[in-house]
Amino acid sequence: MIYGVILAGGIGSRMGNVEKPKQYLMVGSKPIIIHTIEKFCVHDKFEKLFVLSPRAWMETTKSMIRQYLGNQAERIVVLEGGDTRNETIMNSIRYIEETDGLDEDTLIVTHDSVRPFLTYRIIEENIKYGLEYGAADTVIRATDTIVYSKDGSFIGDVPNRANMYQGQTPQTFNAKKLKEFYYSLSEEEKKILTDASKIFVLKGEQVYLVEGEVFNIKITYPYDLQVANAFLGNEAALESKSRG
Amino acid sequence: MLNTVYRLVAPRRFEVEFSDINLTGKELIVRPTHLSICHADQRYYQGLRPGEVMKQKLPMALIHEGIGTVLYDPTGKYSYGDSVVMIPNTPTEEDSVIAENYRRSSKFRASGSDGFMQEHVAMVPNRVVPLDESIDKVIAAFTELVSVSVHAISRFDRIAHERRRSVGIWGDGNLGYITAVLFRHMFPEIKLYIIGVDMEKLSQFSFADGRFSVTDIPGDLYFDHAFECVGGGASQSAIEQIIAHIEPEGTISLLGVSEYPIPINTRMVLEKGLRLFGSSRSGRTDFLKTMELYKAHPEIIGYLRNIVGAQVEVRDIPDMNRAFEMDIHKSIGKTIMIWDK
Repeated sequence: MIYGVILAGGIGSRMGNVEKPKQYLMVGSKPIIIHTIEKFCVHDKFEKLFVLSPRAWMETTKSMIRQYLGNQAERIVVLEGGDTRNETIMNSIRYIEETDGLDEDTLIVTHDSVRPFLTYRIIEENIKYGLEYGAADTVIRATDTIVYSKDGSFIGDVPNRANMYQGQTPQTFNAKKLKEFYYSLSEEEKKILTDASKIFVLKGEQVYLVEGEVFNIKITYPYDLQVANAFLGNEAALESKSRG
Repeated sequence: MLNTVYRLVAPRRFEVEFSDINLTGKELIVRPTHLSICHADQRYYQGLRPGEVMKQKLPMALIHEGIGTVLYDPTGKYSYGDSVVMIPNTPTEEDSVIAENYRRSSKFRASGSDGFMQEHVAMVPNRVVPLDESIDKVIAAFTELVSVSVHAISRFDRIAHERRRSVGIWGDGNLGYITAVLFRHMFPEIKLYIIGVDMEKLSQFSFADGRFSVTDIPGDLYFDHAFECVGGGASQSAIEQIIAHIEPEGTISLLGVSEYPIPINTRMVLEKGLRLFGSSRSGRTDFLKTMELYKAHPEIIGYLRNIVGAQVEVRDIPDMNRAFEMDIHKSIGKTIMIWDK
């Protein structure tokens, strides 16, 4: 079975003085998290959609889902996020294990709740290649030169840009493998390995690269929120010209 | 739901924009899979429409010929994954006399409202018709154009007098070919003649009773009725020839689009008592009739296969430009975008 796992567990510290976590801010006429959940709702392949929310925001998340996604709400389960990204993902796997059970083919498509501009194709290809290879990660080719520095003061290396990609989400995993790999790590390793794809790579597993989109942005900074609203801004102008 | 829309913002320039689709409304959601490029799209893409029209209509998503799969239907009539043909005309009011495609209030996709170059298209459920899985999707992509021919032929049937021994179709392009194929199957007993400029193209009309170059029409050849599928500046000479070779009281069905006013020899129209009628676009009944014809005469699909041109897989904006540029350089045939957005 295939599950969508929307990661809204974080309370952003980079958005400045906003009261709400960034995933609950409005883009256009809806909260960002609702836009993101909607993209998963139109995929029939998902058995359930999990929304991993900060504890304090669980009830708000539930009521938002009821308000905006009334007819879809029964497929969506709001769960509590963990202390780290991987712990949050593990909470969803634990829930699957306790309810439907985990088998060899259980696939989870994990996605940042603050990336509402992902496309149907990206999700579709994550599922396709996740099933085929056991893990898939969404990336775009790096357009800026990437500079490596170990000490933060001097360049250690300038890797060939042609081989560099920028990571986006979704990241898709065989749930059983991810669980096994994660719990085989030491506490120290768990702290360092914040990216679940890297765990797969370190364990010698192939992670397929799914082509993302430049506009599949992560709304992290106030600037991103302005960009996201600008993406939709033209729509209001077009609607006033009564377009379909 | 945020929806990616690929709008033409200036000649040859597509840009990504977003719309917000209401998932709790009454519209069904279709994911386009195969889109077919039309001359009308090219006129926008190449900036051939008058400047004020370009200014008024852009930015706008192009393409009004296409099929897709249903992702969500609030009425429950369609299931997830069902293939459908999308109808570009959207009526906004009922009218028992004027057909939906002629009402001033109707909206038409890629001509005043966004076309199908989108990640998802939200449509009123009666704006799609089911597509039988047995039909090749690449051919089904240009069902809209076929339905335009079906519409014009149906109007011919309503308007033309009962003497129907022979019909001439002017135009050896896509529209002429499709109209000829459909006419042959809707009226197999009527002699069908094709008049065109390119002998190579004319040879594709093997099912017709006769094919003539515009420079070589026998002087004693007369038709009871005719279809003009030429368009552009050549419409004038085509209509002139039709008037010369049509029997009195014949009907001339005009289908070719021109940017410029076309002079017509009204003296001869009066003298022969001709009926000229225009046909443009199509409505739901024409789409349903087209699907019935596909089912009743599977060989139609075989004939339509002859005009499938380039098939371009589209994953990004450069692919969109590539498809449109390839389409410009073809001599005949429909360019199909295999839409993977």
